[in-house]
Amino acid sequence: MSPVLIVLGVLFVIALGVVGWIVGAYNGLIRLRNQLENAWAQIDVQLKRRCDLIPNLVETVKGYAAHERGTLEAVIQARNMAVAAKGVADRAQAENVLSGALKSLFAVAEAYPNLKADQSFLALQEELTSTENKVAFARQFYNDSVMTFNTQIEIFPRNVIAGMFHFVRREFFEVKDEAQRNAPQVKF
Amino acid sequence: MWEQIRANQRRSVILITGMVVGLILIGALAGGAIVWPTGVSFGIGVALVIWLIQMAIYFGGAESLLLHGAFAKELKREDSPQLFNIVEEIQLASGLPFIPRLHLIDDPAPNAFAVGSKPANSAICVTTGLLHRLNRDELQGVIAHEMSHLKNRDVQFMTLAAVMLGSIVILSEIIVRTMRFGGRSRDRSESRGGGGQIQLLLFVLALIFAILGPIMAQLLYFACSRKREYLADACGATFTRYPEGLAAALEKISQANVPVSFAGKATAPLFIVNPLAAASDGPALFATHPPTADRIRILRSMAGASLAAYESAYQQANGGNLIGPESLQTDPATPIRPAADDEPIATRQEVHATALRAHGYVPVNCSCGTTIQIPADRTATAVQCIRCGTPLPIPPVIARG
Repeated sequence: MSPVLIVLGVLFVIALGVVGWIVGAYNGLIRLRNQLENAWAQIDVQLKRRCDLIPNLVETVKGYAAHERGTLEAVIQARNMAVAAKGVADRAQAENVLSGALKSLFAVAEAYPNLKADQSFLALQEELTSTENKVAFARQFYNDSVMTFNTQIEIFPRNVIAGMFHFVRREFFEVKDEAQRNAPQVKF
Repeated sequence: MWEQIRANQRRSVILITGMVVGLILIGALAGGAIVWPTGVSFGIGVALVIWLIQMAIYFGGAESLLLHGAFAKELKREDSPQLFNIVEEIQLASGLPFIPRLHLIDDPAPNAFAVGSKPANSAICVTTGLLHRLNRDELQGVIAHEMSHLKNRDVQFMTLAAVMLGSIVILSEIIVRTMRFGGRSRDRSESRGGGGQIQLLLFVLALIFAILGPIMAQLLYFACSRKREYLADACGATFTRYPEGLAAALEKISQANVPVSFAGKATAPLFIVNPLAAASDGPALFATHPPTADRIRILRSMAGASLAAYESAYQQANGGNLIGPESLQTDPATPIRPAADDEPIATRQEVHATALRAHGYVPVNCSCGTTIQIPADRTATAVQCIRCGTPLPIPPVIARG
């Protein structure tokens, strides 16, 4: 066997190994990205479900505590804003406002024993509590996935593959400065 | 998490391969010891047949067998919306691509387990005793622990390992019993010379393997089982972001002190806390679960709700590593979330009613405040109230959706 053939053979094996690695790395990134997109879809599903539950809840509470108008209107307004919000950051902001409004609605409900004994209110409360949890858990899984994805596309040597196939960093679903958002507007 | 699952699968393959090799080795040695050399292939054949039978049981629905054996009834959403909500919540947190079914066992002992060799068959089983003792946070912890077993493919692996263990035990039993006959045939062939020496050696080796094999396999099996319990605790704590929930649940389960009536030796490793072991009896080497007190201590000493926090708590308590470095690398540092509700999710009566409903009973309410539970195989259309004697109509049987 001539040395040329041996060199060619070695090169061929190396090339095969490189191609194999590229395929593996690419598939791994695709899998991560799909997981990410699925996680985002899950958040969306839960947020929609929460928005669907709110009109029922408002109606039920109105039946027992109609004069808690301010709280009820805050919930409706927050819901409408959440429905209209576009983009990850806007969405996160609006949903957080809605979570806060719902919390104060349930706090208000504590003062109405008849409302608290109402079967449909209890069922709605359980559904909304669980949906809140689901939003939080779906968000948590989404953010973990984003973290893994962003790390994977940045560390060497995978970043070469990520650059070649245009994998870009994803945004976290979170509200950056909660204290600032909740600060009351004081006017003199 | 992917790295963790892949590492588990790799270990699973190694263990299963090791056990298959062991099985074939024992079969070949025993066969050779009895009739040299034709017995070797015969012994391997016997070993493989035993293995095939066990695998057929495994793939033919071991989980339904298991659930039936425990008198578990499948729950529908309307039976316990809260429990279903909790399962859906943890499914989102874990990113498990499917939702396991839910089963309820009417038993006062609090416990839970997960079964399922594949997604479609997987189910989480809880007892009524568990439901009326735990609050939402604790139940989340238990469900998260079971979900971790499903996600990490522990259930699949442990069932397969149990099948292999069972095969080795059966084969060893056969060998030890046939050795008596084998002894006689050895005497005859020895006079002919030739294979006599080899046969004697094989005879001794086969006997050693037949005796040590099951013990070694069991030790390996239990070691894996213990490690996977710790891992499921770690993942469960990160899914819920609340290690205290699982810790408190483990404490309540281990302190309940109600004997479980439906657990056997074979199913014991499946439960969240070993239902047979009274905490500290028996050597640690043969324990299916790590000591519950240790598990609670590790969970409570976690500084955050990440895998890294569990890893360092584990190292402090037991020494050594648990979680692979790859998983820790992309593990986000996460704080523990605040506690939620403190009330148990249901009263004993409510849980009992759920169990009756799952078994097909229909409650009939009387105006005097009495509730009569009508069993599933009812034929009568009316019943008299046991307290005031008012005749009450029984609703027709409705198929459970």
